[in-house]
Amino acid sequence: MSSIGTGYDLSVTTFSPDGRVFQIEYAAKAVDNSGTVIGIKCKDGIVMGVEKLIASKMMLPGSNRRIHSVHRHSGMAVAGLAADGRQIVARAKSEATNYESVYGEPIPVKELADRVASYVHLCTLYWWLRPFGCGVILGGYDRDGPQLYMVEPSGVSYRYFGAAIGKGRQAAKTIYGVHDEAKDKDFELEMSWVCDESNRQHQKVPDELLQEAKAAAKAALEEMDAD
Amino acid sequence: MDLDLSAPHSMGTTIIGVTYNGGVVLGADSRTSTGVYVANRASDKITQLTDNVYVCRSGSAADSQIVSDYVRYFLHQHTIQLGQPATVKVSANLVRLLSYSNKNMLQTGLIVGGWDKYEGGKIYGIPLGGTIIEQPFAIGGSGSSYLYGFFDQAWKEGMTKDEAEQLVVKAVSLAIARDGASGGVVRTVIINSEGVTRNFYPGDKLPLWHEELEPQNSLLDILNASSPEPMNI
Repeated sequence: MSSIGTGYDLSVTTFSPDGRVFQIEYAAKAVDNSGTVIGIKCKDGIVMGVEKLIASKMMLPGSNRRIHSVHRHSGMAVAGLAADGRQIVARAKSEATNYESVYGEPIPVKELADRVASYVHLCTLYWWLRPFGCGVILGGYDRDGPQLYMVEPSGVSYRYFGAAIGKGRQAAKTIYGVHDEAKDKDFELEMSWVCDESNRQHQKVPDELLQEAKAAAKAALEEMDAD
Repeated sequence: MDLDLSAPHSMGTTIIGVTYNGGVVLGADSRTSTGVYVANRASDKITQLTDNVYVCRSGSAADSQIVSDYVRYFLHQHTIQLGQPATVKVSANLVRLLSYSNKNMLQTGLIVGGWDKYEGGKIYGIPLGGTIIEQPFAIGGSGSSYLYGFFDQAWKEGMTKDEAEQLVVKAVSLAIARDGASGGVVRTVIINSEGVTRNFYPGDKLPLWHEELEPQNSLLDILNASSPEPMNI
């Protein structure tokens, strides 16, 4: 899977003899080692969730937001280097408001994903910039319905029914428990949605619903462990 | 009165845009004047912006043409990027951004009308100054002054395509009768889910109003006569 790119991995403007850009692959590793981020597209909306690994017991719960609203109708969940992620979110917000002021309508989610992907890709083209060390899951609800996109550090962007990035992504894709109790410390769950019920606005999942979901998940986990 | 042939071409005009059950009908006269001289008696004031959106132009001919050209260019790029036809709202917004930002230099009133799959048929009026207002019907140009009362009485919601077109043709011909700066033929453009239809109503197909004279195929008569004579009064 991985190989040492001795000599060809020092700059993002260098190809290896077998046609790889190692710096971009290393950027993807930064995403792979972060807390899991999941997005699911449903009939009537999008749900996104982040496994926020708690670095220190002194941290205030609810701090270190990983899901951001980019516009009224769409939001982004970030995995990887948090500071890089903030930059991408800021750019996405700016693209969204700029589009609306020129075209007079909310930015279509596809267009927003294209712009974010272009921006991320831009930073893989110059030797004096480094690639973003974060992956982004973008969920939004526009007049063409709910849509889910994922943007990787290489600048590639695809549309998904369900997407997961970070440590537990393989586990998430096979629908088992994502959080590894043995290896990882405690975590805080941050969830957001945009759907008909939320009036097509992107917002945090309401607290009681969140608690209900957590309880159901714990029960399901216990059932699994009991087998 | 001295003819100033180098005066800017103005379209003293009558332009109309009307929504109906399923689309829109745009209508206009065809007179472009330079002072009292009619520079073009058969102009086409209904200009295409995209396959599904057209604009009626009034005021300065040059200003309205340049605005249309810019918006057509922006919309073309937007359509390519979006991967589907632009909406009427987006088209109208681009027009008003130009009108508003350059309000000190431009003198043009525009009516943007079209059909898209999200909102159906829509009309947006963008008068001098660059306001944008979505309306079930819009009128503009110098001839429109004579049509406010007419529309208050004759307009109704949910007309059929034929009713709407007849209303537009009647209205433009009424304005032509009263407004010296409007004249020539009546052109209409109908836009709906099936596409775009252009129609043309020459002077002799239009109704006559109070004390108007019968139209004469004047030039043809003179030219075809064996010895050309000045017109008889």
